[in-house]
Order: sequence, then structure tokens, then C-alpha cells
Amino acid sequence: MEKISHINSKTVSLPLSDIDTDQIIPAKFLTTTTKDGLGKYLFSSWRYDDAGNLIEDFIINQIDPTTHQILVTGNNFGCGSSREHAPWALVDFGFKAVISTEIADIFFNNALKNGFIPIVVNHELHKYLLENSGVELAIDIEAQTLSIKDYDKVHFEIEPFAKFCLLNGVDQLGFLQNEIDLIHDFESKHGK
Amino acid sequence: MNSIIDKLWDAHVVKPETDETPAIIFIDLHLIHEVTSPQAFSLLRDKNLKVRRPDLTLATMDHSIPTLPFKTMQELEQIADEAPVKQLKQIIQNCKDFGIDLKTFDSPDRGIVHIIGPELGITQPGKTIVCGDSHTSTHGAFGALAFGIGTTEVGHVLATQCMLQRKPKTFAINLDGVLPKGASAKDIILKVIGEIGVDGGTGYAIEYRGSAIRSLSMEERMTVCNMTIEAGARAGVIAPDDTTFEYLADKPLSPKGKDWDEAINYWKSLPSDENATFDRELSIDVSNLSPMVTYGTNPGMVVSIDSPIPSAKNDSASKALKYMHLESDASLQGEKVDVVFIGSCTNGRLSDLEESAKLLKGKKVNPSVRMLVVPGSQSIKDKAEAIGLDKIFIEAGAEWREPGCSMCIAMNGDFVPEGGLAVSTSNRNFEGRQGSKARTVLASPITATASAIMGHVADPRQFI
Repeated sequence: MEKISHINSKTVSLPLSDIDTDQIIPAKFLTTTTKDGLGKYLFSSWRYDDAGNLIEDFIINQIDPTTHQILVTGNNFGCGSSREHAPWALVDFGFKAVISTEIADIFFNNALKNGFIPIVVNHELHKYLLENSGVELAIDIEAQTLSIKDYDKVHFEIEPFAKFCLLNGVDQLGFLQNEIDLIHDFESKHGK
Repeated sequence: MNSIIDKLWDAHVVKPETDETPAIIFIDLHLIHEVTSPQAFSLLRDKNLKVRRPDLTLATMDHSIPTLPFKTMQELEQIADEAPVKQLKQIIQNCKDFGIDLKTFDSPDRGIVHIIGPELGITQPGKTIVCGDSHTSTHGAFGALAFGIGTTEVGHVLATQCMLQRKPKTFAINLDGVLPKGASAKDIILKVIGEIGVDGGTGYAIEYRGSAIRSLSMEERMTVCNMTIEAGARAGVIAPDDTTFEYLADKPLSPKGKDWDEAINYWKSLPSDENATFDRELSIDVSNLSPMVTYGTNPGMVVSIDSPIPSAKNDSASKALKYMHLESDASLQGEKVDVVFIGSCTNGRLSDLEESAKLLKGKKVNPSVRMLVVPGSQSIKDKAEAIGLDKIFIEAGAEWREPGCSMCIAMNGDFVPEGGLAVSTSNRNFEGRQGSKARTVLASPITATASAIMGHVADPRQFI
């Protein structure tokens, strides 16, 4: 995995609660056998009309994914299915982080394994961000801070191991493989 | 003073967690299917790795497989699109290359991943069980710690039989009282999700306990644990008891002879200690539970069938009602139904089909409704046919299909027509889940069946 320490970008607000992974990428696109090219299906039912044309007044269709890389959503983003295609689609589209008041467990884990940063903030900041779509925001993973134009610098929580992996580009599989002797010992005793 | 969740966790710690690193947890059973595994096998090939424990890995084909009959790959190619066929061929190749037991389309053991594990008796108390599917929580009904994982984690488990995990917080949900007529396990779990919300369980593993849970059969317990993820909790556990042991006693892969006696002794040590503490507790009395139906676009938007649709409290709720073509204060009963789906890992077991058939016997599916009945596994299909359930469904005008996930995920040829309203025994009523603009009302098998007969959302209690 690539090292990630900073994200500097504009935000885009999608002020809906409980956005589930079926909305992030519908099941009909899960017949793929690779991770590639899923960005075109991101929020597919909201981005395209029945004829497959872009719905222009949907906010995600109005942004430049190279400058608006931080998604701000309503509470409980990423609930539902365990499909890792959800963070694959977000990353392929150009998003690098999501900010909400709560992020669903399985999505949260899947996101971090793809270098996509899920950030939980308090209600006050959440409200500010939702109302100020497009604001410049700087995420410093080492310092665990969010710097927002015209707003106090804010601390955010990140699980220490996830932080270590992001900053150092650590592949978690390699970490597990380093403990293979311990795993072997466990197997020889387990269930006996 | 440990809960069952603590005990299951402690028994699988290869390396304890610290402030800096999560625990390494050993996995006793890894279930895989065609949709969330291909990229994990690609990872193994890229890194030139083997599957560490093929003996602890079991594969099936369920999500993208059609439920129309076919016997050969050539016949499959005629009824399915190119992409799912490629995916199904790939899991066959992957399992062959890596030495994994795959219950393919011609296996008598095939079916939905969360249905065949218990049927085979490989789902057992005390195990850690994972699968690249969020409804892996189903297996918690046996007193296993079972949860859904992503594809990267599928790769980790294939390669090392382990995962990196932080211990979840614990949540006890006490369900007491005698379930009234017309209410079922599905109504219990919909009630729970309605109470705590779709994010109420985030960060927790739930233990369901109490007299109402004790009186449920294993199939009913699986329905409850299955939808745990719809409340945001990855794992839902029910302590094993005599009901569990009786269910497992004659299953092909359950322990036998001396091993069985030893297993029972261990399994009896698993229930939470009497004064175990939990991070959160909640009690619900089910004595007055009515059949539950969803009215919105997530499973937490749920009401008793005899209650009006609540008013929308925020933009997301208003958007949901608009999507559903429903209005607050109105009743769902009487809403015209286009499709009824009986099946899925939530309600595709033999007892679900029996409940539905009992109600439908001698009646007809309303001519305006398409009713699809999809057994969760080949074994269920065979047993249902042996007792004549297929004839009851077909004579009533329903379609009797081959096993698979079918209309629950709508990526296999089965879907609700655009804008149509489905009363479905599955687990998710998300926008578009069952087809483009499809509107899903989640309900129990008997509520769905009553709705099929009436042609509109209907209270099943009028038939019992």
C-alpha cells in the first residue's frame, strides 16, 4: 500500500443519513472479478437516469474529482453489505476520505485497507461541513488534525495500528505473515 | 464473569491486542462464495501464496447463480449473462487450484452460504466463522463468533487463517415473553432493529438472550442472528443449549462418538456466566408483538402492520417515503403488491417454506402478484418436495425455483420490475436492492404469503 500522511482537498457534502453500500455501488456491478474501474458505478442509481445519462443536479456530478476528494455525508455512512467494492469504487472515482458522525464497522475496516480514510467528527463540526460543501480541508494523519478554513483546528481519532499502516505503507498481510510461528503454535494446541 | 462473547474471543487469541496493534484472531471456519473472493485469490497468486488451511475453508456459489434449472455449464451459459458465468467459472478454477471443497451447482449440498454451513453441521458452537458476506452473523445462532469481512480480509484468512481485530464491545439484548400467534422470529429481529436503529449496534457484538430466544428453534434463531448486521452489529450470538445440540446431533460434519461427548462438554461451558457484564443492555417483551413491516429504505424504518407509517423526522426519512410512494400516517395494509419473494439466508429454510405453504394451501396467489419461492439450499428443496410443498406453491400459482440468493440481491436474473412493490422475506429494503426503483417491504414468511393471497400488504393473522 502507498504511504499516506496528508490529504489537502475541497469537500463535497452529501447530506443523507444511512447511505448503504448498495447505494455506493449496486449489486448488479459485483459480477466483476477485478477491483478496477468501479468509479464509474459509484452512486450509480443517483448519478444516472434510466437512459444512462448523468443527472446534472446531483452534487457528485457537479464536482471535479481531482479537487474535491473528501466526501462529507450524513450519519452512519457505509451500512449494509460487506462488499469491498464500495471503497474500491470511491477510491477509483477519486475520493480519499469520508467524514461523518458515524461510519459502519465493516465499511470502516474495508476503507482503511484501501488507503481510504474514514473520519468521525462531532455534531457541531459535522453540521458546519455539511453546510459548507466545497470548503478547503487539510487532513494530517500523523498529527490527527483537520484544518478547515475559518474554523478551529480539530483533533480526530484514528486507530493506532491503522495510522501506523497508512503512514508507513504497511501491508497488513505482511504483518500477519511475520507471526506465522505464533499461528503455527496456536494451531497445534487449538481445539485439543 | 465472562459473557459468551468474551469466552469465544479469548479462545481464539493468537496474539493479544495492545494499544498499538489489534489482536491476531484464529478463524475456525472460512466460508467463501463467488462474488467477494475472486480478488482475494488474485492476491494469493500475485504473492505466490497457498491457502493455509483448505481443510477449514468451504466454498459455495449462491449470489450470482440463476435460480432457473440448469445441469451443465453449457446450459448455464444459455440462461445467464457473461459476467456471472465468468465469476462462477472462476470460483470453480480457484477452488480446484487451491484445494478447496466447493459445493458447485450439481452438488446435493449446494445452497446459500449461511444455510449450508449449519445444514452440514460444520457451523458449531465455540467456533470463529467468517465470510465475505455481512450476513455471516447468521452462524452466531449456534454460539459461534461469526461476522462478515471484506475481500482484503478474505485474502488474509486464506493466507494465514487469521485476522487482525480489535475486540468488539458487548451488547446484551434480553427478549422475554411468549410470542403471540402471527408473530415470528423475523418480527422479533425487525422489532429489535426498529428499537435500536440501523446504527444502534455499531461497534458491538450482540448476545440475544431471554425466554423468547430459548423457545425458538435453530432455524428461527438463525433468522434473528442473520439480521444483526442490519442494526449495525457485525456479530449476533445465542448461547448453545439442548435445542442447538439436538439440531447438530445428526448432521454429517458434526463431531461423532467420543468427539461429540467432548464437544458437548465444551459447548456447555460457553454460555455467559450468570453475573457477566455487558457494555450495553436492552430488554424487550415480545408478548404483544404484532407482525412487523418496513415502510422505508432501511430495515430500521419498520412498524407493526396495524400501526400507521410514522412521520418523517429528517430529509433522509422524507426521501425514503418519497422513494416508497408512501405517506406518513397512512397504513401500509392495502398497499398494492406486485411481487412476493419467499427465500434468502434470512427466511429460505424449510420451516419458512412450511409456514408459507400452510397458509397458502387451498388458496390462490392473487392474479396481480408474482410469487417466487426459492429454497435456500438443494437439501431444503429436496425435503420440501418430499413433503409436497412444491405442489402447494405451484397449485397456488407461485413459482418454485432452484436454490440461491435470488431476489434478495437481484444480481442473478431474479428481480422486482422497475418501480414495483415487493413484500419480501429477505433482509434489506435499500433503494434498488431488489431491482431498479424497486420498493421493498420486509416481512415474515406468513405476512408475505398473506400479502400474495390478498394482492396487497396484508395482516397474516386473518388467516390463522
